[in-house]
Amino acid sequence: MNNILEAKGVSKQFGDHVALKKVSLHIPKNSIYGLLGPNGAGKTTLIRIINQITYPDSGEVLFDGEPLQPSHVATIGYLPEERGLYKSMKVGEQALYLAQLKGLSKSEAKKRLKFWFDKLEIGDWWGKKIQELSKGMAQKIQFIVTVLHEPKLLIFDEPFSGFDPINANIIKEEILELKEKGTSIIFSTHRMESVEELCEYIALIHQSEKILDGKLSDIKKAYKNNIFNVGLEVDNPELILQDLREKFTIKTPDFCNTEKHLDFVVQLPTKETGDFLNYVSSKSNVTQFVETIPSANDIFIRTIEEKNRRNNE
Amino acid sequence: MNKLLLIIKREYLAKVRNKSFVVMTFLTPILMVGMFLLVAYLANMNDNDKRTIVVLNESHYFSTDFLSTENTSYVNFKDLSLQQAKDSVMSLEYYGLLHIPNHEDLEKVASTASFYTTDSPNAGVLNTIESIFESRLRAHRLLNMELSAEDFSILEQPFEVHTANFIGEENVKGANIMKAFIGGGFGYLIMMFIIIYGGFVMRSVIEEKTSRIIEVIISSVKPFQLMMGKIIGTSFAGITQFIIWVISASILLTVAVFVFNIDVASLGVTSKVASGSIKEMSSLPVAMDENMILYIKEFVNIPWASLIVFFIVYFILGYLIYSSIYAAIGAAVDNETDTQQFIFPVILPLMLAVYVGFFSVFENPHGPVAVGFSLFPLTSPIVMLMRLPNGIGEGGVPLWQLVTSVFFLIVAFIGIVWLAAKIYRVGILMYGKKPTYKELFKWLRY
Repeated sequence: MNNILEAKGVSKQFGDHVALKKVSLHIPKNSIYGLLGPNGAGKTTLIRIINQITYPDSGEVLFDGEPLQPSHVATIGYLPEERGLYKSMKVGEQALYLAQLKGLSKSEAKKRLKFWFDKLEIGDWWGKKIQELSKGMAQKIQFIVTVLHEPKLLIFDEPFSGFDPINANIIKEEILELKEKGTSIIFSTHRMESVEELCEYIALIHQSEKILDGKLSDIKKAYKNNIFNVGLEVDNPELILQDLREKFTIKTPDFCNTEKHLDFVVQLPTKETGDFLNYVSSKSNVTQFVETIPSANDIFIRTIEEKNRRNNE
Repeated sequence: MNKLLLIIKREYLAKVRNKSFVVMTFLTPILMVGMFLLVAYLANMNDNDKRTIVVLNESHYFSTDFLSTENTSYVNFKDLSLQQAKDSVMSLEYYGLLHIPNHEDLEKVASTASFYTTDSPNAGVLNTIESIFESRLRAHRLLNMELSAEDFSILEQPFEVHTANFIGEENVKGANIMKAFIGGGFGYLIMMFIIIYGGFVMRSVIEEKTSRIIEVIISSVKPFQLMMGKIIGTSFAGITQFIIWVISASILLTVAVFVFNIDVASLGVTSKVASGSIKEMSSLPVAMDENMILYIKEFVNIPWASLIVFFIVYFILGYLIYSSIYAAIGAAVDNETDTQQFIFPVILPLMLAVYVGFFSVFENPHGPVAVGFSLFPLTSPIVMLMRLPNGIGEGGVPLWQLVTSVFFLIVAFIGIVWLAAKIYRVGILMYGKKPTYKELFKWLRY
């Protein structure tokens, strides 16, 4: 099996509200999979189904090729978006308790906790109560507790919220390291820059339905639409722009007088760049010609807007 | 199973390590005993509030009728005018003045007698004086009907019916009350336990919701396991607390009563000597002893084994039913202030059980109301226990009623815990809005 998780036509309804409508996903092993979507799209419901907190009305979820069953809980680590710890319980005791609930023995849990506490340099927090720690500190504990039982599948829902940039970076490094060790990771977030940075695969859920999924690089390729950033050295920008506007769509021209440098974005009608390049190089010196690859953010917004437009039609 | 044990352990430790819980555990017996001492002390103070009433008797009747008692002493004034007597009573600050004017006829004397006081007189005092007049008048009237004083005293003899059960064992009049009190005590214990520790369960659920740890935990264990672990762990903490309360309160009480008793004895003796009623008092202990033996016999005859077995059965089932409702309430809300609307309907049957129990079971342990409430599962843990000291079968609770009651309770237990678990499962993941009953009903279908 190459997929750690497979969802087949998963539907879930709460009263009159449809939370998931026939969602199917394949999450490849040893990858970081971004689960994207606006608020209320159904991401959390899907994650809760994977964690067996709720159950689908119809459809099936396969974990490592087997239908999802209670024993899988021990091989999944989940960091929910709504997270917290017992305020009046000591850090060490609490971490031990949560690790034991995941099926670790007390001695094993202690050993691993010591390792992680040393790794993240928080060894002296063991006897402190959560209410004595700052939010970011508590989040570190929460992260350790999530990964401690060395799950095959890790699910992070907005993992970086509550971290300052330095700690967010530490956590990001840890996530990448876990992936290197073979863990599969589902990553649910609104923060597109972290999607860009971390995810190999994404799925976009909108209004209870999956509207897009696949490898991020493939999606990006598919979403390229022949837009290029162009830089030219010219004396008379007005003239050349006028000529270009007759044949191509030109956006955001910007001319720097001192350097005689013209920047603009061009939309080409096809993938063929030869005509355009021949034309501009005959008129001027081309200093820059780069294809713009759509960002995950662009794709996110475009897909959802398209979908909404289609729904309205 | 292993996870359930872990949860129980955590809930237990979290509870017993809680500072306010510890303080309550050790403060409550002190407060209780302190309260008891205060009440006893105040009652004693009240007893010692002696009144002196001056009797200005100008007639030749009533010369031996006004005898001082523990609380009231009568002082006779002689050869004074009414006005002089009034003045001196006022200046001596005595409680009141009873003026009995002189007439030939006793009826006339009685009808012209007056009682003067500064404030309006105490009802008890008036009663005593009126009954003295009444009994003297009755004797006088009967004498007129040619009855002798001896006949009169025969007439006045009190009567007490001799009671026994069909096997011929003598029983005491108070036995039923005593039994009802013992049963009521058990029932009351269950009610208190449910209200106190059910509330703890509810707050603990709310705490898990507000600290947002709930989702972390239920990704490892089933919500039902968490709910049950919480209920059981809290009940162990409760039992620990109860045991500490009972032991420390009884030790404190023994010490306090011992100290207190010396006090009472010394006070009691002086007042008895003052009132000169030692003879009357000394005859009491003998009668007390006989009664006491009967009471002890009745007490021993209570079917303790079955009572305790059924106490445990009703306690466990009743507590589980109610605390799972409390857990569901805790899950449905975000903070404690929102719980009021849901708590009242839960406490209502408990209160009803205790009050109906105390009124109807004391009156008639086998009447229709008592039977009805002891079958209905939300009240049976309390009401049935009030009935059980009379035994099972002959003379006590019919076996079919007990079986039916336990059966209903088990059915209700399964049904309510199932419903509560459903509400709990949905509720713990709901944030932000205060749910209505309609919404709770909808959650059952999620």
